[in-house]
Order: sequence, then structure tokens, then C-alpha cells
Amino acid sequence: MSVRASGGLLGPLNPARGAGWQDPPPRKGFFTDTSLCIGCKACEVACKEWNRIPEDGLAMLGTSYDNTGGLGASTWRHVAFIEQRKPMRMLPVANGMGDSPASGAASDVINPARGAADFRWLMSSDVCKHCTHAACLDVCPTGALMRTELGTVVVQEDICNGCGYCVPACPFGVIERREGDRTVHNAGVAQKCTLCYDRIGEGMTPACAQACPTESIQFGDLEELRERARERVGTLRAAGVSDARLYLDDQKDGIGGGGAFFLLLDEPEVYGLPPDPVVSTRELPAMWRTAAVAGLGLLAGAAAAFAGRRR
Amino acid sequence: MAECHPVGFQWVMEAKARGARVIHIDPRFTRTSAVADMHVPLRAGSDIVLLGALINHIISTQKYFREYVVSYTNAATLVNEDFKDVDDVGVFSGFDAQSGTYDTSTWQYLGVEETAAAGNRSAAGKHPTGQELGGRGSKLEHGRVQRDETLQDPRCVFQILRRHYARYTAELVEQVCGVGPEGFAKICDAITANSGRERTTAWVYSVGWTQHSVGVQYIRGACIIQLLLGNIGRPGGGIMALRGHASIQGSTDIPTLFNLLPGYLPMPKAGEHEDLSSYFESIYSPDQKGFWTSAEAYTVSLLKAWFGDMATAHNDYGFHWLPRVNGDHSTYSTLMDMLDGTVEGYFLLGQNPAVGSSNGKAQRLGMAQLKWLVVRDLNMIESATFWKDGPEIATGELRTEDIGTEVFFLPAAAHTEKKGTFTNTQRMLQWRHKAVDPPGDARSELHFFHQLGVELRRKLAGSPLERDAGLRNLTWDYPLETDGEPDGEAVLQEINGRHRSGAKAGQMLSSFVDMKADGSTDGGCWIYTGVYADGVNQAARRRPGQEQSWVAPEWGWAWPLNRRMLYNRASADPDGKPWSERKRYVWWDEAQQRWTGEDVPDFPVDKPPSFRPAPGTGGPGGLAGDDPFIMQADGKGWLYAPSGLLDGPLPTHYEPAESPVRNPLYRQQSNPTRESFPRQENLTNPSPPEPGSEVFPFVVTTYRLTEHHTAGGMSRFLPYLSELQPEFFCEVSPELARERNLVNGGWATIVSARTAVEARVLVTERLAPLRIDGRVIHQVGLPYHWGVGGSAVVSGDSANDLLGIALDPNVHIQESKAATCDIRPGRRPTGPALLRFVEEHRRRAGITVTTGNIRMTPPEGSL
Repeated sequence: MSVRASGGLLGPLNPARGAGWQDPPPRKGFFTDTSLCIGCKACEVACKEWNRIPEDGLAMLGTSYDNTGGLGASTWRHVAFIEQRKPMRMLPVANGMGDSPASGAASDVINPARGAADFRWLMSSDVCKHCTHAACLDVCPTGALMRTELGTVVVQEDICNGCGYCVPACPFGVIERREGDRTVHNAGVAQKCTLCYDRIGEGMTPACAQACPTESIQFGDLEELRERARERVGTLRAAGVSDARLYLDDQKDGIGGGGAFFLLLDEPEVYGLPPDPVVSTRELPAMWRTAAVAGLGLLAGAAAAFAGRRR
Repeated sequence: MAECHPVGFQWVMEAKARGARVIHIDPRFTRTSAVADMHVPLRAGSDIVLLGALINHIISTQKYFREYVVSYTNAATLVNEDFKDVDDVGVFSGFDAQSGTYDTSTWQYLGVEETAAAGNRSAAGKHPTGQELGGRGSKLEHGRVQRDETLQDPRCVFQILRRHYARYTAELVEQVCGVGPEGFAKICDAITANSGRERTTAWVYSVGWTQHSVGVQYIRGACIIQLLLGNIGRPGGGIMALRGHASIQGSTDIPTLFNLLPGYLPMPKAGEHEDLSSYFESIYSPDQKGFWTSAEAYTVSLLKAWFGDMATAHNDYGFHWLPRVNGDHSTYSTLMDMLDGTVEGYFLLGQNPAVGSSNGKAQRLGMAQLKWLVVRDLNMIESATFWKDGPEIATGELRTEDIGTEVFFLPAAAHTEKKGTFTNTQRMLQWRHKAVDPPGDARSELHFFHQLGVELRRKLAGSPLERDAGLRNLTWDYPLETDGEPDGEAVLQEINGRHRSGAKAGQMLSSFVDMKADGSTDGGCWIYTGVYADGVNQAARRRPGQEQSWVAPEWGWAWPLNRRMLYNRASADPDGKPWSERKRYVWWDEAQQRWTGEDVPDFPVDKPPSFRPAPGTGGPGGLAGDDPFIMQADGKGWLYAPSGLLDGPLPTHYEPAESPVRNPLYRQQSNPTRESFPRQENLTNPSPPEPGSEVFPFVVTTYRLTEHHTAGGMSRFLPYLSELQPEFFCEVSPELARERNLVNGGWATIVSARTAVEARVLVTERLAPLRIDGRVIHQVGLPYHWGVGGSAVVSGDSANDLLGIALDPNVHIQESKAATCDIRPGRRPTGPALLRFVEEHRRRAGITVTTGNIRMTPPEGSL
């Protein structure tokens, strides 16, 4: 395993440079603003259309309007639906609405039969996080997983040997090998979002962001997206949406920040996301160091034993 | 809207980002509710009570926009003294209980006589027809009305309105709709605080309003609110109809409806319209105001477009070649004729009635009576395969070998595989280019109809029969393109119309004002004239928004005359000045002596605000400078409709044809003028005060999901969409689930007098029980996308199989948004056992053919 080539293992925060790209272009990413999501699933369909991903299941799951379940080999965008007994919140009310205060439905008894009608329905489109410190890439023995010049993480399907090391390495459970026989496109190969490497290289927008009607999925230069996101979260909080928070925007977090990050309206666990993800290879250097120390210790001990015998 | 129009909903999100407040009023909590500022659940079918109470609130708290109301609406107009508002029985003056129809003469304005054609049903034919106004303003004898601008005269519209809605209170809203006083007060505050000079409120509705036995009156209710608040003809105002499909607006403009010709001209009636002059008499009176007085030019130009040189002044421009209607030939009346075996053949074009129309069983039994059926669709839909794998094959009601219907399936090209226009709900035409060739034998509708015409004309070329003259004399010379498709732009040019003689002969018309009644012009649809102005396909314009004004007049083309907002004269005050700088849109430029502004003014452009016509002037010349509603016969917006409606001049609450609740306002339970079809194939659940209603205690409503399109022809055959919502399900509240032992993810059987269907259960707090008149009423939600058949990726029972057929009398639309049902845990019986199961429910409810079909609700205790 080459730490240098992967740009992973606590490497520099410009992962493309860390991976050896000379003068890489600005890092690209997704900002998914779930406060704007209307749950239309256009992202799921556009992703499957563009990437030729097979249909993967015709069963109703009984989990609100989510019949997809989660990200996987054949689902690179997944819209979660969460039904909650919590007050709906007014989203930002701009100037000019002075005579209709931002009251929202918070504790109103609109429906007398049910009493307090506090209820909200959260929707969020999940995707590969394109971690700054990407464990999948760190553990890949073939080099099939690569860091692109745009800072994204992509599987090269013709190199992947299907060993599956990357699958348990991902702290989000995103990457997966595709099941199926030869008739299935890319069967046996590790699969996940490429951030539409084949589109963005041509100056196009990724399929999901292109299809999103409400700009819940925004694509662009990561730095600019982070700035936009901070502004948005400030606006929402100022409007009383105190639950609004950014997720994976922090470069000091356990994955060095996501190339795809999110604005959430509740704790990450509510959306099925780990609250404090850590790159699973974070401890590798320390482990190697420990192993080295232990090995040296053993050697020293053995040497001492021999030396002692000579005495 | 987010649920069924997610792409259009981006503009609601944009408005929200700019400070708009979104209130969602809907029986269920949808994806729209999820991002709305407030969701107000109400009982399906109770909306007129809510709308009426809003009207009452606006009037009683004097929150109406008085200057707008006095000047631009018919509030001040006096009504015939013989007019009687609804009494305790629940009918207006002029009702004939025998026929279930109104004589509307007492509804007229004072001093204006009833005009024969408007609103009367034709007695001829098997099914009485509704009126054929479509989008056309109703006729008046003349525009000389008497007005009291103090709004105090008890005979004036304003006072009639005030009295009519006095009974519609916040308490009634709670009792009938299940909406608490706080919720109601919030709606009141929001719409009144955001209306007036500086602000506007918009209403948006979809088929949740139209699909009721009083659907037209729902929309009328919103019209009254918007007129009272001054929200029509102004930016940010209006009432937006979200249509069910792309270009449904186009299919009413150039109609697929039995009772309209293009441009909302009525279809001529048998026995009444033998010649052009009697036809015109029915459309307008020369003494009324507005632009319908030019209907002659529109009609003659249409006939010239169809019959070309064969149409002359000597033969009434071929008017006698047009077919005549002799009654209601809408889709459901035709179904009844099919069941009776009197319809030989049927064309289905992108329509799947076996799944998508009310009472699916009746639909399939009807189609099994046909001799032939042509299905043109993208996929092998259930309407093309019902004869081998429909539900009635399983129950034994139909046997494949007994069905004589010959089904012809013709594959159709999708919208990306052919060129043409879409007309959206803003009346905007957008040209669509062909992206790819259609697969295999798939062809466009244009190709199909052109070929059909060619074949029919070949067969009839030598026919001596007068009835074939229309087809023989049709101009049918569309140029073909290299792929064999007729040139869509040539069709659009014909629709636009040309000068046929004079200096400009051969040139495109630029406005319908250029149309003549002397045969010197042609044009296939007068409201579309201008779409090819200057010989340019204006619908194909795509100038980006940032390169033009915010109204974006150079993106596509909107009828009429590229106006983006109708009646926009009302955006200025009576003196022609904008009501406010913030809301300025169209105004009178004193220096230039012209109307000007952001949009094409919807008014005679050089008529000053101060203009007053000589008494008795008809037509556009009769419009005063402050008559913004230029298509109305008196130039005013109608709070009260003196003619044109079959079920009353003002919206009045009647319960749906099937309801678990007694109408608390009137003895009359349901709309007494609704169209019903009492017969064994269309049994009705009993409603109070009839006995047996407790067998079907729940309200059921049907709807669409984002993931699917209507009856599934375009979505259930696609794996990527099917996997998103793979199975038919019912949505129930946790309270109802407890009451009926329904388990999330399990099965439920839903029963009506028609049949029983099985669905997976989704228990969700998005469905809420409502307290109605002291008791809890549960609502069951059913998406209607699935059907039984063997060709789609996913299939399932059809929600529409549960519904009966009761229609709005004005427009023949079925009541599919509110009915009653029973729900039980577990799967339904199969095979003949299903029939016995449903029969048992009928027996317990005492259902016969007359159940639910007694037109007039008898006095209490007489049942």
C-alpha cells in the first residue's frame, strides 16, 4: 500500500495534489441542501439512466415513500423519507412579509381530532461522500479506486478485481460489489457514485444535480459550495430553523470533510448517517508504527537473549 | 403540486426563497405539505364550506378591495327580483325536481332577459347535454345593467353574496371540514393581509378540485375570493389550474372534447343550429360587450381553414358539413352506451380507461361490448389486454372466448420522437423538436390521423351521401417530410391562419383581429392566431430569461397575442394608474394615449380609462375604459354568474354523492343537478339520511404520486420508475390502523358497492383522522397508478375499480376525489369468491340500483 499514491492516510487536504496531480483544478463536489428537497427522486432516476445502473428490487419497503432503502452497488443516489412528530418550521421569510409574522404551524391545533398537529416529513438525497480521507481508496489493492484530478474518488471498473476490501472500509456503507451473472453490467465489480466523472470532465453537471428541480443538489467548486452552505445555514437559523446544521463540511472531522456534504434539519442519525464518521484506515499509520516498535522490540529481545547466552 | 408537478414546483420554492408564504390545504400531508409553511388537512369533498367561510370572513370584516370590487366586478349589478337564494331545501329559484335542471331566467341581471341558448340543456338525445361554454364567457342579452355602486341595494350582487355566505362560519368549517378555528383564522389572516394594493395572493388547484360532483363550483369559489381581494389580472395573483398532463391546456384550446370546436366555439347542436346565423345567435348577442361579438369571423375563418375553396358564402362556408351533437357524448355517457351495446368502435389514444377511469369494471365490461377497439400507446396497456388478463377474467364475469372485441394495437411515438407544440397552463405554446426517431413501427398521432384521413377520403371519394361531404371537402394536403411524417409546422401555420385574398394574400395573420367573416381569411383556432406571425414559428423562441424582461415575452408564445397574463387591465386602477409601484404591470400612458407596461395590454390599446360608450353599444366598442374583463358580456368579473352554470349562480355546499356525513346546511344532501347513471354496473354506496351508510364509514380519496404517471402507461412499464413505487398501497392513519387491525407493510382489502381491491398498507401520520360534527371520520388514501395485467413491470389492483360514476353537470367530470369505503385487514378473496364478498357488503348496506340516486333528498323521517 502506498500512502503517497492514495493521498489518503491523513494526507494533505487537497487530496488531488496529495494523490500526485500537478496543479489540479479546483476540487469539485456536491452540496445537498435537504431543506429544499421535495423527494421527487429525479436524482435517483437520472443517475440510473446516465450510469446504466440496473433496476434493483420491486418490493415495497413500508418505510414512508422510500422503496430504495439505501445506497449500494445499484443505487448511487438515495432519497430518504423521515416522518417525525416535530413542528414544521417556517423556512426563511424574506423582507416584505411584515404583516404576516413567521409563525409556522409550530404548535397550532389545526386539526382538532388529533390535538397538537406537530408533524414534519424530512427528505434527503444521499450520495457517496467523496471523502478527503477515503478509506475505500486506501485499502484498494489493485489501484482500481483512484483519486481524480478533481478530488473525487472513482472506481476504474476495468481494473477492479472484485476483492471487496473497500466494502467494509467505507464508514458510510456506500460502496458495494454488484451482484449478478454475466448479463448484468459490471457484475462483481465494486460500484459507487463517480460524481459523474464522465460528465464533469466535459464541463457538464452531474446527472442528479442537473435533474434536481429545486436546486437541493448543487454541484460546483467545493470551496464555493462550502461558503454558500454556511450562508444558507445562517439564513435558516436566523429564521428560527434552529435544527439546521451542516454535515461533513468540516475539514477537521474524521474523514477530512466530504467532497459531498449536506445541510440537514436534524441529527445525522435521523437520516441514517453516522454522526461522527472516521476513516477506517485512520489508525493504520499508528498501527504500523506500533507493529514496527513491537517488531524491533522482539528483535532486540532476541538479540539480547543471544547476547546474554554468549555471556 | 410538489407531488405531481415537481418541475413546476421549483417556482414555488423560488417564491418561498423570496418571501412567499405557502399554505397547503389538502386531505393528506404530501410532498407539498412537507415544504409548505402550513398544512391544513380537511375532509375530502368539504371545500366549498371552507371557501364560503373565507368569502364570509372577507365580506363581514370588510377586508375586500373595495375600489377593485366596485369598479371591476359585478358586485354593484342588480339582479332580477324573482331570484331566490337557496332555501332550507337547498335549491335556487327555477329548479325542476323532475328533470334535475334549472330554468335560469330568474338568475339574470335586472332588466336583462334570459337568452335561450346559454345554460339550457338540450332535451334531444339519450343523455341530456350540459352547456358548451368551455372557456367562453357566457352570453348576455345586452350589457346595459343597473348598478348600485354603494353596494347597499338588497338586489345587488354584493348583498346577495353577503347573505348567501352568512351561514358559512368558522364553526361550520370546524363541523364540516374538520379544520379548527386556529387553522381557519391563519388562512383568513394570510390571504387578507397579503391582498390589496401592495400585495397579491395566488391560488393553485389541480384535479383535487375539479374531480367532484360540484367541481366547477369549487373553482368559482376561488374566483369569488380572488375578485373580492383584487387578485385577478395582477402580478402574483390569479388562480392557477395545474393540468393533469403536458398540453392538456392545448387539448381544450384545440379540443378533444365532444362539445367544443377550436378556440372555445361551441359544437353546433342538432335541431338548433341548422345554419350559421342560428349558431351565432347562440354564442353572443350583438348588444353585449366584449370580443365574443366577433365569433362570426372566428367561425368562418375556421371553416375556411378546414374546407378551403369549397367553403363559400353561398354554402354557409360548409357549416352544414359539421357534425351536430344531440346530447352528452362525454366519456362516461359513451361508456353507458358501450354497456348498452350501441357503440361499435372506440379509439384510445394515450388513454387507459381500464385503469385510469372511474369504475374500472364498468370500463372493461363496456369495452368488451365493442366490435373494435384501437389502442395507440407507448406500451401494451391494460386497456389493450383486458380481454385476456383483466380482473373479470379471474372472477369469471368475462370469458376471453366470448369477447367479440377486435383490438388493434398501434405503437405510438413518444414526445421526444416527434415534433410539435405543448401548451402549458399559462396558455404558452412551446415548440418541441424531434430528438430521436421512434422505434419500430411507432408513429406520431399526427401521422396516424393524417393517414386515417387519407384512407377515409379514398374510400369515400365517390360517395354520393351528404353525410360524407364534410370529409370529402376537407382540405387534406399537408406536406410530408422525409420520414413520412406530415410537417407539424404546416399544421401550426394552418392553425395560425392566412390572408386568402387582397394585397396580403398568402401571408400569415398576425392577430385574430385581422380575421374576417367574409371568407377572405382562414385560421384553425382564432386564439392561436399570431403564433406564426411574420411567418415565424413564435412558439420556438427560446431567448434566455437574463436577456429579456422578467415577463420573458420572447420565450415561446402565449395565447392570445402573446399575453402572459389575462385581464391585465385590472393591474391598474380605474384611472389607469398602477395600484402600487410594487405591483405595476400594465398602465395608461397619458402622454402617448396608449396602454403600456410589462406585458401586452389585454385591452383595446388606445381606449382611455375615462372612455364611456354610448348606451347600447355592443362588442369591443361597448367596453368602457374601466371594463377589464373584455371577454365577459358586461366587461366585469363575475362574483355571481347570472348564466352559464347549470347548478347555481353561487357555489353552495353539497356533500359528495357518497359521503358518511349528513349535509348540515340544507335538506338536500348532494348536488341535485349532478349527472348520475343508476344501473347494476354502477351501484352507489348509501349516504345519510339513507340507511346503510354505516357499512361504508370511511372517506376514500384517490391521487397520484410523483413516481408514476396517471394509469401507469408511461411509468409502470419502466423499471427505473416502477422500483420507486412498486406496489399498490393504501395510506391510513395510525388511529384507523388500530381501529381496523391494519399493519404497516401488511395487506388491506378496501370495499365499495362496485368491488373490493387489495393493497399493501402504509400506516402514516400524514393521514389524519378528522372530527366531523362530533365524531371522528377517517380518510383512506389511494394512489391510482396500478392495474391488473400481464405486460407492465409492476401491476396491482386499481383504485379506480372502487369508484362509482357521478359527474359534475357542467363539465361531465367524475367525482373521483371523494367517495366512501370499508377497509379490512388481509387480502381480498379471489375468483368468484370476490363477487360473493362484495355482494355480502351490498346486502348488508341494502344497496339497490336506486340507492344514492334519489335526486331530491326527502324530508327527514320519510325514508
